[in-house]
Amino acid sequence: MTAVHLEKLCFAYNGRAVLEGVSLDVSAGARLAILGANGAGKTTLLKLIGGVLKPTHGCVSIAKISLHKLSSRELARKIAVVPQMCVVPFAFTVREIVELGRIPHLRTLQGFSMADRRAVDEALAMTGTGPFTGRIFNELSGGERQRVMIAMALAQEPEILLLDEPTQQLDLCRQGEILDLISNLNRSKGLTVIAAIHDLNLAARYFQRLVVLHNGSVAKDGSPAEVLLPELLERVYGGPIQVVPVVGESLPVVLPLPQCNEENPKQCGRSACGEE
Amino acid sequence: MKNAENPWPMEKHELTGSFEQDSRFALGVWTLVIVLFIVSVLAAGIGAVSLSSGEVLSIMARYLGLTHAPPYWPPSDDVILLQIRLPRVLGAALVGAALSVAGTLFQGLLRNPMADPFVIGTSGGAALGATLGVLLASRITVLGFGAVPALAFLGALGTMALVYRLSRIGDRTAVVTLLLAGFALSVILSYAMSLILILNDRLQLNTRVVYAWLLGGITVTRWSQVSIIALLVLGGIAVSFAFGRSLNALSLGDETAQQLGVSVERYRAAIIATGSILTAAAVSAGGMIGFVGLIVPHFLRLNFGPNHRHLLPLSALGGASFLVFADLVSRVAIRPTELPVGILTAFIGGPAFLFLLRQTKREYRF
Repeated sequence: MTAVHLEKLCFAYNGRAVLEGVSLDVSAGARLAILGANGAGKTTLLKLIGGVLKPTHGCVSIAKISLHKLSSRELARKIAVVPQMCVVPFAFTVREIVELGRIPHLRTLQGFSMADRRAVDEALAMTGTGPFTGRIFNELSGGERQRVMIAMALAQEPEILLLDEPTQQLDLCRQGEILDLISNLNRSKGLTVIAAIHDLNLAARYFQRLVVLHNGSVAKDGSPAEVLLPELLERVYGGPIQVVPVVGESLPVVLPLPQCNEENPKQCGRSACGEE
Repeated sequence: MKNAENPWPMEKHELTGSFEQDSRFALGVWTLVIVLFIVSVLAAGIGAVSLSSGEVLSIMARYLGLTHAPPYWPPSDDVILLQIRLPRVLGAALVGAALSVAGTLFQGLLRNPMADPFVIGTSGGAALGATLGVLLASRITVLGFGAVPALAFLGALGTMALVYRLSRIGDRTAVVTLLLAGFALSVILSYAMSLILILNDRLQLNTRVVYAWLLGGITVTRWSQVSIIALLVLGGIAVSFAFGRSLNALSLGDETAQQLGVSVERYRAAIIATGSILTAAAVSAGGMIGFVGLIVPHFLRLNFGPNHRHLLPLSALGGASFLVFADLVSRVAIRPTELPVGILTAFIGGPAFLFLLRQTKREYRF
């Protein structure tokens, strides 16, 4: 079953092309990370799938239905987007934020039904945000806030979950916790997960399929082992990169290569990316 | 490895958060209904001729046909209460409710607790429209109210439409540009009013009314005027209740609201139009009364939370109570001179707002 289908997707911001013909098939229940250098169009691609931006050419279809045929309410019941760290100008409690996820299921003046309450409770329980439902969202730590944003998205009861840099601004262990949570949701609920991720090592360890964007199109689409290759990464990221094998692990670690100087004499003699 | 299904088990008693909020809201509504009732009865009784609260209630009961007991008060009291005091009290209540609800709508829409009909130019537009209505078209009357509310609405809506257009970048509206455009337009509009006042010497127009407008004061004196204002204000407030959930979503930003299934552009237009109607009605009846749309929603948010589904009805009741009280004080503070209520709300509301702002800076991080 195809959850998301992208057909020769193009997008330009004020005449400057960002995406030039991206085609992609994401099957239901997949866990996919979008990689790429800054400005490669990761966020743009997510916004096109989420319906916030309209493609200049090509089309997005969700479960075989073209995106532009869906109303924003219908779309919000299929796709939930976990917003990037947002600041709320008012002192909403955690529960009030998560309850916003029920908007696509409710009529304007309709009150909460038992089903709505159950969906909210379930979203709180799944994300571990239950213990602080009464606290003020703005007073939570970054990791807690990210959990609440995921809970809000889950309360929408979507089929597809989109995340834009879900680990940004989080410390190392909070990054792991959030990605564990996302992986668990993907496994236990069969949610299709598409995330834009900056950190190659985390992406390779938590996602089964990596899509690398470069120059507006897909440079590589494959398993972590197929993507963590120095030649490919140096070309895409435009800089020297070392891929270091880790004892006892199947996947290597990717690091940027330090500049050649007296502190790093080992690096001298190795040519920088692409230049001869 | 943690339990894969649910690594953070939750206890049952933690699931009750929103019921608690609902009961707090119900308590707030009943409290404010009682406060509004008491303040209104007091305001209707206090004045040059003093009526006791018992007398106010008895006259009302007799007038509404609830009792047929013979009156123990002079017949002139009937006239004072029913023809002078009550229209004034109701007018103040309606103006206060309209300004508070308009403030709540604009603050939610712009994600800015400092937004207010005055800050973003709506009041300025309404006041200029109303001034033109008084000066140029005072002889044209529709339903006993003249062209004033109609021109005030056109002024408010025109200003908002202009601010909205000026601040649109691409297909969305940035908050900063909206606030700046609103601010610039309010300045232009207020000097346009000053210009009208200066030109007046030559044009021989009636500027006393315009001065009253600039200072802010409840000017409705007849039932026919109150009923038109009531129609606009109660209608606007009723419509605004439909925006509660969308305003909550808009607090997280336009994009997130869109992704939660809210038709952002459509709701934005509806919210602006409703806020303009409420502002126009308030300005036609009370001139430039400042800070009500700022201080009342802010105070209620601190006590009952920011959920707009609760905040909008509470703002209507709270704004009504606040302005009936402020109007009462303005009538009796330096008797026999009547203080313009706008001066009073600025003196009470301004410092109180600054104090609250200082206490809750945390809330305003952007």
